[in-house]
Amino acid sequence: MGVGQGQYTFLLNDNGGVIDDLILYRIGQSEFLLVVNASKIEEDFAWLERHQQDGTMLKNRSADFGGVAIQGPRVVDLFHDFLGQSVELPARNHVIDLVILEMPVSIARTGYTGEDGVEVFFRASDAAKFWTFVLERGTKFGAKPCGLGARDTLRLEMCYPLNGSDLSAERNPIEAGLGFFVDLEKPNFAGREKLLETKANGVRERLIAFKMNRKGPPPRPHYSLFNNGARVGEISSGTLSPSLNIGIGMGYVLAASARIGTPLEVEIRGQKFPATIEKKPLYKKQS
Amino acid sequence: MNVPDNLLYTKSHEWIRREGDNIRIGITDHAQAELTDVVFVELPKVGTNVEAEAPVAVVESVKAASDIYAPVKGTVVEANNALTNNPALINTDPFGEGWIFALKIDNPDDLKNLQSAAAYKEQIER
Repeated sequence: MGVGQGQYTFLLNDNGGVIDDLILYRIGQSEFLLVVNASKIEEDFAWLERHQQDGTMLKNRSADFGGVAIQGPRVVDLFHDFLGQSVELPARNHVIDLVILEMPVSIARTGYTGEDGVEVFFRASDAAKFWTFVLERGTKFGAKPCGLGARDTLRLEMCYPLNGSDLSAERNPIEAGLGFFVDLEKPNFAGREKLLETKANGVRERLIAFKMNRKGPPPRPHYSLFNNGARVGEISSGTLSPSLNIGIGMGYVLAASARIGTPLEVEIRGQKFPATIEKKPLYKKQS
Repeated sequence: MNVPDNLLYTKSHEWIRREGDNIRIGITDHAQAELTDVVFVELPKVGTNVEAEAPVAVVESVKAASDIYAPVKGTVVEANNALTNNPALINTDPFGEGWIFALKIDNPDDLKNLQSAAAYKEQIER
């Protein structure tokens, strides 16, 4: 990884289970920034301290910084308006430091929506000022505040996992279909043995994406999934997709029932509703 | 927030309109605003006997699935089938076209336990 580059990765326990998914940025020759899930700060930091090696320094600076994701097709126009046409946003998965309105900010070309966009980090004391500035200056580009519920529909259309729902300490990245983000060639890391074992023996259950066949009640977490009358798993994330206008979700099902195209039934209040396992992502942006 | 004076209300945000021996039931303007866009309604079967405060229908928004309760004991005599194709009627016209079901009530005295518009207003403004 070069300086200024970011990488989506996991913090694993010794069983290969996911403690947290996060983005690691190399912000200096020997300086790294970890952007983790806010609900996991203590657990992550404790893990890092337990595994800390001599000659490294570790600091929890979560309270010092705030972050906002600005996502959407006009994000480049928006930043040109903030900074002038000559300032370029960083390339995908890269981060740069800039000053906006006397506020030092780090801008990362990353996001959790499937659209182009950035995630901006600033001093906690600048949070209100930055937020207000973006909303005011962004109005002409259609900038609007967006809550977690709305964002959840976007990330689920893209099949981006949510820690605590689609990822957990009991599931490893291979079961979650995210083996791509773990390099098993590396000689030594927490959970490696277990992951090699999973890779060799295959998974018992796999995280699949599905779409409801018809309109009906939205699928929700913990509803049971059936295939040919037998219970094969349960939903980990579900919602009504605003872009597809139909229920979508992800869930863990037995590997034998996890193939794309497999018909499923979702049990909702005692009734079964047909669904089909689909390829990820469930939605592709029209370009 | 609209709270029509001529209706009765439950603590769980249903409104009740008296129509002779029957009552018509929906959810209030306040309730639909809290739920946000309604995307699915599960209606009761006509002829079902229901106890007071028993769950009778389900209204789902993207946010949550919410049970709708029978305000009093009775028998379901109508269900608003228009909601099957257009659940958003609950958002656009909660006290009118967005009604959910109608009950033939066992005992009109049971209605005395329900709240007036003034009392419901106080509940949601508290």
